Order: sequence, then structure tokens, then C-alpha cells
Amino acid sequence: MAAALSKSKDWILFVGFSAVILLLPWILAPIGAGYPDLLQKIAIFGIFAIGFNILFGLTGYLSFGHAAFIGVGSYMSLWSFKLLTMNVLPAMIFSVALAGLFAFAIGYVSLRRSGIYFSILTLAFAQMSYNLAYSVLTPLTNGETGLQTRAIRTNPETSLLDGDIRIIDQALGVQELGVPTTNFFGLSMSGMSGFYFCAILLIICFFIAQRLTNSNFGMMLKAIKSNQNRLNYTGIHTRPYLIAAFVISGMYAGLAGSLMAVTDPIAGAERMQWTASGEVVLMTILGGVGTLIGPVVGASLIKYAEQKVSSWNEGILSSFFDFLPETLQHFMVSVSSLFVGESWHTTLGVLFMVVVIFLPGGLMEGFRRIIERVTGGKKSAKPGAVESGARAPQPAE
Amino acid sequence: MDAIFLQILNGLDKGGAYALIALGLTLVFGTLGVVNFAHGALFMLGAFCAVTLNRLLNVSYEQVSETEKDFLGNPLKEQVPYLQGWLGEDMGSFLLDYSVPLSIIMAIVVMGIVGVVMERGLIRHFYKRPHADQILVTFGLAIVIGELIRHYYGANPIPQSAPSAVSGAANVGAWVGLGNNVIYPWWRLVYFAFSAVVIFGVFAFLQFTTFGMVVRAGMQDRETVGLLGINIQQKFTIVFALAAIVAGVAGAMYTPILPPDYNMGMDFLVLSFVVVVVGGMGSLGGAVLAGFLLGILQSFASMSVVQNALPGIAQIIVYLVAVIVLLTLPRGLMGRKGVMED
Repeated sequence: MAAALSKSKDWILFVGFSAVILLLPWILAPIGAGYPDLLQKIAIFGIFAIGFNILFGLTGYLSFGHAAFIGVGSYMSLWSFKLLTMNVLPAMIFSVALAGLFAFAIGYVSLRRSGIYFSILTLAFAQMSYNLAYSVLTPLTNGETGLQTRAIRTNPETSLLDGDIRIIDQALGVQELGVPTTNFFGLSMSGMSGFYFCAILLIICFFIAQRLTNSNFGMMLKAIKSNQNRLNYTGIHTRPYLIAAFVISGMYAGLAGSLMAVTDPIAGAERMQWTASGEVVLMTILGGVGTLIGPVVGASLIKYAEQKVSSWNEGILSSFFDFLPETLQHFMVSVSSLFVGESWHTTLGVLFMVVVIFLPGGLMEGFRRIIERVTGGKKSAKPGAVESGARAPQPAE
Repeated sequence: MDAIFLQILNGLDKGGAYALIALGLTLVFGTLGVVNFAHGALFMLGAFCAVTLNRLLNVSYEQVSETEKDFLGNPLKEQVPYLQGWLGEDMGSFLLDYSVPLSIIMAIVVMGIVGVVMERGLIRHFYKRPHADQILVTFGLAIVIGELIRHYYGANPIPQSAPSAVSGAANVGAWVGLGNNVIYPWWRLVYFAFSAVVIFGVFAFLQFTTFGMVVRAGMQDRETVGLLGINIQQKFTIVFALAAIVAGVAGAMYTPILPPDYNMGMDFLVLSFVVVVVGGMGSLGGAVLAGFLLGILQSFASMSVVQNALPGIAQIIVYLVAVIVLLTLPRGLMGRKGVMED
């Protein structure tokens, strides 16, 4: 009975999540966010954050180097576009596989240590990848210019960076006018179709993450988070589980990196910088560590804020504070201009601090508290919040 | 031989900066038990103290020149810093010339205040929280500090000049009998000497004062020191302020070597964390040793001979060393037992 209940709860959560994601263009339209570019970003970073949460949320291992896998995924996809075909399917498969391999190598080494040492090790590996992408690996990454798709090269002497070969497309006799766009068996990957492609992948990723979290494997990961020593004493070797979690979350990041290349076929090393790793940590924390929906909420909020807050300028601000007396208006404008436009990272930083200080469980924890207060604290509220790890008490089932 | 000597010199000033930042990080970590990701931002703030002082000293008024004319034949209007007007031209330009060393005084005051405010206002509430939370909240703070600096000073690096007396190059080779081939900028030598003095100062302070004794005891066993009736809270605040000051003066003096921009803190932070981990969490000596070691290794790796043999090594050497050290010596070079053991 209890198991059946939790099953049906999961299904409600999954169906609700899918519906919201698929209806996102209409849901976000009233707040001026219903355009494909932003929607694609939300879906892509949602995947990234869900994957990151499998590692950080379930096992408590804080990786500061996940952006490396984004970079690997992006570059791999670009090479697939350049060498094989503009179809995104092989690109995605290769990217995920390669990111998985990278994650295995990095995880195998980094997971020998835990705590802050693990964070530093992953950071070190990510910085190494970033620095190498800018220096020695320039023939593969095209350095600061970034890797791009080009027209088919006519002269075999042309470097592969400046002219593509696309063997499969050529063999199939695909006609190209100029630089072709990415497609999924003919379906263009830009605009709304690109968003729906990412959205469906996000839903699949969410489903996999949900299954994982509720499986025995997920239980084991949560056990590692709450007390690894005890697990070791009971004779369980935890490292294989940790490595598996690390590889899975690396593959999610690889997929996200690949999708970035799919929706906009250019890859630069700045995607691998450690601030990018910090961003995904922020998304997960903001939404709620260890919850299923939280990371996606966090990713959407941050991407939305990035697009909106960064576009506000002093003109908008002064019209917003128009009702105030003039001196006060100037003051308010100069103060609030610290937080918007080019300086929108200030908002991000402040938000980050506020969430960590006052709401360690993230927004999902906040929702849960609000709902608990409204319903008199009896029900443990939203299904998504149930998973919020060690902090939230597990409801008796 | 010349080349090797030059690379060692090259490593020393960079190593000095790493060592000073790592020293503060370790001090804060060892006593307060807080992993401070905003420490690089403190280094950057110190650098901007130098920029600010230079700007303050350069506040000028317009004066019509008596002798010179501009290209239209009108009397030339020249900008004269108030300082020169008040203190006479010689004294004024002397102070302007020495704005970077003078900024140490400003950095000490400003960073002391920043350190106390930061510890009282934020860090104090995070003693008992998990390390992940500490990392995250200080990371957020670092972003905020960086962005505020960018808002007020712009995104471009702001070059600062060393005093003219030490802006040239020193013929270091002749001093040690290597001939005239080893020429090295004076200011970098000054920076190395400065970092050595600060490091010795901090060590002497910890070794020979009662306060230092309490701090060292606190690094060994925080709770017992508290049980002995010592106001450990207050000591913590001072230790944090001290770490902030060390990072701040390190940053202020570094400005002639590297023009500061708002991102400089982040770049140094990552490296200095690696330094701390290589040196061994909670070991002050280890932090200094690893700082210089990595600085020198980095400059050796950027030699063209090494670059040709192992392409790309210069960019990754520090991280590579960190990975190797962490995997072979889990506590770092000089880490103590019981600090941050897994």
C-alpha cells in the first residue's frame, strides 16, 4: 500500500513536471521570457543541474569542476558536426560517451579523497582542461576564437578548423548552401523546435534521475551522504557507487554541453572556466540540494535573471522610481544600478549568500515551509521536497 | 645556469604572493575552521587600495601655466595635484611617486576594518556549518566584492607604477658572480623581500607573543582553549583581520607587477587554494613552503626548453603537482594529523 502510494506520487510528479516543461513557452510568456533562446538555455541548464544534483545532492560530494564536462561535450559535438554529419544524434551520443570517459578518469582519481580535498581536486582538473584548451590543444579547440562549423572545404590543404568534411552528409549527397544548420533528421534545431528537442531530453533526464533517486543505488548514495564511515564499517565498498554517480553526472553535463553546441554550433573554452562550475552549484543550491525539481527551478530562475536583470539599465530604473522625489530617485537609481545591467552578478552573489545563510534547503525547502504553515504543518507538502536529503525529515510511508 | 637562476628569481616574487595569500587562508582555516573562498577577493581589495590611494593623491586642480602655451597660443592649463600645491612640488611628487608603498598603510587600515566586519557579520555564523556551506557563502561574497569593484573601477586592468627609484632593473648576476646576463626588475626583488618580511613578521607574532601562543593553541584544540576561559571569539576576529591585512598588503604591493582588475582575486584564489592543499591544511610553514615551491615550479615550467619537451606544462604544472601531492601525501607536504582528516 505504502509503496504503491509513493509510486503514484512519483508519477504525479513526473507528469506534472513534463506538463510544466512542455507548456513553458506559454507559462513564461506573461513575464516576457517565452522566447526560444532563453527557453533552450533553461532546458539545457536544467539538465546540467539535475546531473550535478545526482552527485552533490545525493552523495554530498561538492565538485567544483563540472564545467570541464560541458566543455568536453561541446567540443566533441562540434567535431562530430565538422567531420561526420550535421545530424545531432551522433554528436550527442559521442559527447555523452566521451564526457563519461572523462568523468571516469577524473572521478577515479578525485574520489580517492573527500570533503574539501575532493572539491580542490576536481577544480584542479577542470582548470587543467581549461588551460590546455587555450594553449596546447588549440588545434582541437581553436583557442580563443572558439570552434565553429564551416562550409565544406574545397581544398584538402585547408585546415579542418576552417573547412569541414562531414563525411556522412557528403556520402548521402546532402546539398549545403553556405554553413548548414544543425538538425535532427531534418528537424531544425534552432528556435522553438530546438527548445522542444531540449525539453524532451530534459524530461527524459528527469525521469532517469527520478528512477535513480528512488532505486537501491540512490539509497546507497544517500547513505554515503549521511554517514560514509558507517557504510564502510558494515563492509560496503562505497567508491564504486561514488564513481558511478560521478560518471552519471558527468554524462549529464556532457549532454548539456552537447546541447549547447546543438542549439548554437560554436564552442569556446570559457564554458569550462571554474566560474561556470560555480554557476551550476549555485543553481542547485538555489533550487534545493537533493530535491528533484529544485535544480531545474534554480536553473530557470538564474537563466531568467541573467537575461532580464542584465538588460535593465539606468533608464528603466529611473522610470521605475519615477514616483519618488527627484533626489531620492537619483539615490535609488544609483544604488539599484549596482545590482542590474552589467553588474547583475552582484544580484547573483547576494542571492547566493542569502540562500545559503537563511535557506540552506533552497527554494524547495522554502515552498515546503510555506505549505506546511498554510496546511497547519500536518502534511509534508510538495512531493519534490520529500527528497531533500538529510535536512528534511522523511515522511513515514 | 643563468637561465636557471633567473627562473628561480622569477618564481620568488610570484611565490611570495602565493605564500602570503596561502598564509592567511591557512591561518583562518587553522583557527576558525572556515574555508574562505573570499580570500582572493581580499587580495584584490588590497590591490585596489593602492589604486584608490593613487587616485586620491592625484586629485588635481587646474592652473594656468605662466610659461607654456598650448598649440593655439593660449596659456596652457595644467593639472596640478593638490598635494603639490599644499606640500610643495618636491614633497608632493615624492608622495605621488611612492603611492604604492604608501598604500600599505591604507591597506592595513581598510583591510583591518573589512576583516573585522566580515568576521563579525558573516563568517562568525558559519563556524558550525558544514564546509560546503562555508565555501558557498564565501564564494557568493567573493562574487559580490568583485562586482562592486568592477562597478566603481571598471573592468579594465589599472596599471600602477613602482617608485622611480626601484622601477629599473637590477644587475643581479653581478652580485652573485654570474656575469651581466641576469638582469631582474628591482620591484620584483622588493616584492620578494617584502613578502619575506611579512611572513617572518607573522611567524614572529605567532611565536613570541602571548596572543600568538593563544592562537597556536587554538589551532591545536579550539575547544580546550575556550574552556580555559579565553575569549576565543575575540581572538578569532583579530586572527581573521590579520589574515585580511596580510592578503591586502600582498595585493597592494603586487599592483606594479600585475595591473589589478576585478577578476584578479578569483585567479589567485584558485591557485592559492591549491597552494594550501599542497602545503597541508592547517600548516603555516607548509603554506609558505608550497607557495614558493609552486611559484618556482611554475616559472621553470614556462622556460622554452621545458615547453618544447612537454608542451602545455606551464599552464597545468600547479594543478598537476596538486593532484600528485594529494594522491601520494594525503595530508599535503607538511599537514598535521587530525586537521581535515576524512
